[in-house]
Amino acid sequence: MTTGSSSSTGPAHRLVEAGITGLIALFGAVVIYGSVKAGINWGSEGPRAGFFPFYIGIFIVASSAINLWNGLREDNDALFAEWGQLRQVMSVVVPTAIYVGVMPFAGLYLASAVFIGWFMRWLGKYRWVTVLAVSLGMPIVTYFIFERWFLVPLPKGPVEEWLGL
Amino acid sequence: MEELANLFQGFAIALQPFNIMVMVLGIVLGVVIGVLPGLGGANGVAILLPLTFSMPPTSAIIMLSCIYWGALFGGAITSILFNIPGEPWSVATTFDGYPMAQQGKAGEALTAAFTSSFVGALFAVVMITLVAPLVASFALRFGPAEKFAVYFLAFCSFVGLSKEPPFKTIAAMMMGFALAAVGLDSITGQLRLTFGFTEMLNGFDFLIAVIGLFGIGEILLTMEEGLSFRGGKAKINLRVVVQTWKELPAYWMTSLRSCLIGCWMGITPAGATPASFMSYGIAKRMSKKGNNFGKGEIEGVVAPETAAHAAGTAALLPMLSLGVPGSPTAAVLLGGLLIWGLQPGPMLFVEQKEFVWGLIASMYLGNLVGLIVVLTCVPIFAAILRIPFSIIAPLILVLCAIGAYSVHSSTFDVILMLVFGVIGYLLKKCNYPLAPLVLAIVLGDKAEEAFRQSLLGSQGSLGIFFSNALVSTIMILGLIALFWSVIQQGYTRLRGATA
Repeated sequence: MTTGSSSSTGPAHRLVEAGITGLIALFGAVVIYGSVKAGINWGSEGPRAGFFPFYIGIFIVASSAINLWNGLREDNDALFAEWGQLRQVMSVVVPTAIYVGVMPFAGLYLASAVFIGWFMRWLGKYRWVTVLAVSLGMPIVTYFIFERWFLVPLPKGPVEEWLGL
Repeated sequence: MEELANLFQGFAIALQPFNIMVMVLGIVLGVVIGVLPGLGGANGVAILLPLTFSMPPTSAIIMLSCIYWGALFGGAITSILFNIPGEPWSVATTFDGYPMAQQGKAGEALTAAFTSSFVGALFAVVMITLVAPLVASFALRFGPAEKFAVYFLAFCSFVGLSKEPPFKTIAAMMMGFALAAVGLDSITGQLRLTFGFTEMLNGFDFLIAVIGLFGIGEILLTMEEGLSFRGGKAKINLRVVVQTWKELPAYWMTSLRSCLIGCWMGITPAGATPASFMSYGIAKRMSKKGNNFGKGEIEGVVAPETAAHAAGTAALLPMLSLGVPGSPTAAVLLGGLLIWGLQPGPMLFVEQKEFVWGLIASMYLGNLVGLIVVLTCVPIFAAILRIPFSIIAPLILVLCAIGAYSVHSSTFDVILMLVFGVIGYLLKKCNYPLAPLVLAIVLGDKAEEAFRQSLLGSQGSLGIFFSNALVSTIMILGLIALFWSVIQQGYTRLRGATA
């Protein structure tokens, strides 16, 4: 597999890391806010619900501050990843997001078949025969293993209803 | 002697035909999981956990733990043949295993790896058999303060022993605790941190986090690297096996040392990965052929594999006896116990004798079955890796989605899984360790409960954690673990000054 484009530019590691550290700190701040709302002092039944998470939030914010300081102080020109590599990653994330978003309406089996088919045809460039064999075979095998043998129900959509499964 | 009787009873349970069947099935699935990129021990077990909902708990734990042993074996295959560690703990195996394969000695390397894995696991299982009941009966006397101290020690060891920067470990861990706190507060029954979203009422399930962080995250990393598989041929015949077995006893010292390192690192939740690196490093320093390490020395395969397997197995000791898992995979198994309606911790040894000893007996048998399976079927497993990634990747993604959905039959969880996956990818790229995050989600509620109950008993004074010899000892050990790297640095500097 190639990495797509051959350009060796991309976002700087230092910047991305600083951004992520900032998001973690924000998460910590949200935790602190939520804890204060739930009550961080002592009630009649002892420490209240926000007591423990409040300190957890403080730890998150404090350690993020140190991580941010350490990250920015470091002299590091490395790239986070090349744009081509990130494109590869997005070529998985975007279809998976669509797959996951469609699942509640289309059911797992249909969504999986289309998803596997799309992946193999567009990213793998396989012949249609191979694509159809795998993309239809996998949901069928899944149906028998999960629903029939181990009795684990999976989300179904209109197609399964039409087939009467 | 009571333990011996219990163990024999356990063997009787593990040897029931159905249990042997799930054992073999688990091992084979485990090796496949270990071979495939993106499917590791932890999320492999998490995905397959729903399959066990309808099984008796003993058979369920046998199958899942065997998947774990299989994954430990499987990691070595790809490391040696393809120079691609299927699992993080087999990275150190590539150092000498792959050069051996290039020199046409793949068979020897694989035999050495599998045999060492078996030896390491056996050593750890014997230790579990002897030590776990003692630890459990000791832990029965623990109050909330002691319980919290054990959690404290476990999490501090992460900070002190992991190779990631300590403040990143702390940040990752605390995020896990925060996620665990979301939802219903178990003591006051009050809602917290849900911000009005009904989906968050029950908090975050760690199984979803495991599948996302380790499964999806790993796929994204693999996509970015753009893997191409170029590897040696796998051929093992009986002659090579016997030949290698004749050679191996010469390395008994390395083996024993690696077993001890592995057991130690497995019980403290540092886990299999640092154990394998540490064992490799020490073997390199101590061996007479140390300079040859990295060029295809068989001892360089023995050391990391023994330690990784010993650590992976030993991680179950604290899980069984204290309810504190020593690795992410052990944490998933612990989550399984809760789902099957068992309460992990010292009471297991009293109330669920059949379960505990059936599991321990299955560890002996499972590893033996594993050794036989991998030695005989290596070419088949190696062939799996030749399947192109553009077929494997969507199949694994679909499997992850099925696993995430079937935990609570919720499509919201599947969306959450993808979010965790992207977060896992970003965190991994920025050098944040994921294992403490997952363990914190698993143990967060219990740690908090122990903490608050202790404070309740002492009217809010932190002195309770140093109120008697036992709890103080555990807390001080925790503090030493927390500041371990600082202590080590200070010691080297002190020695430098006096010399």
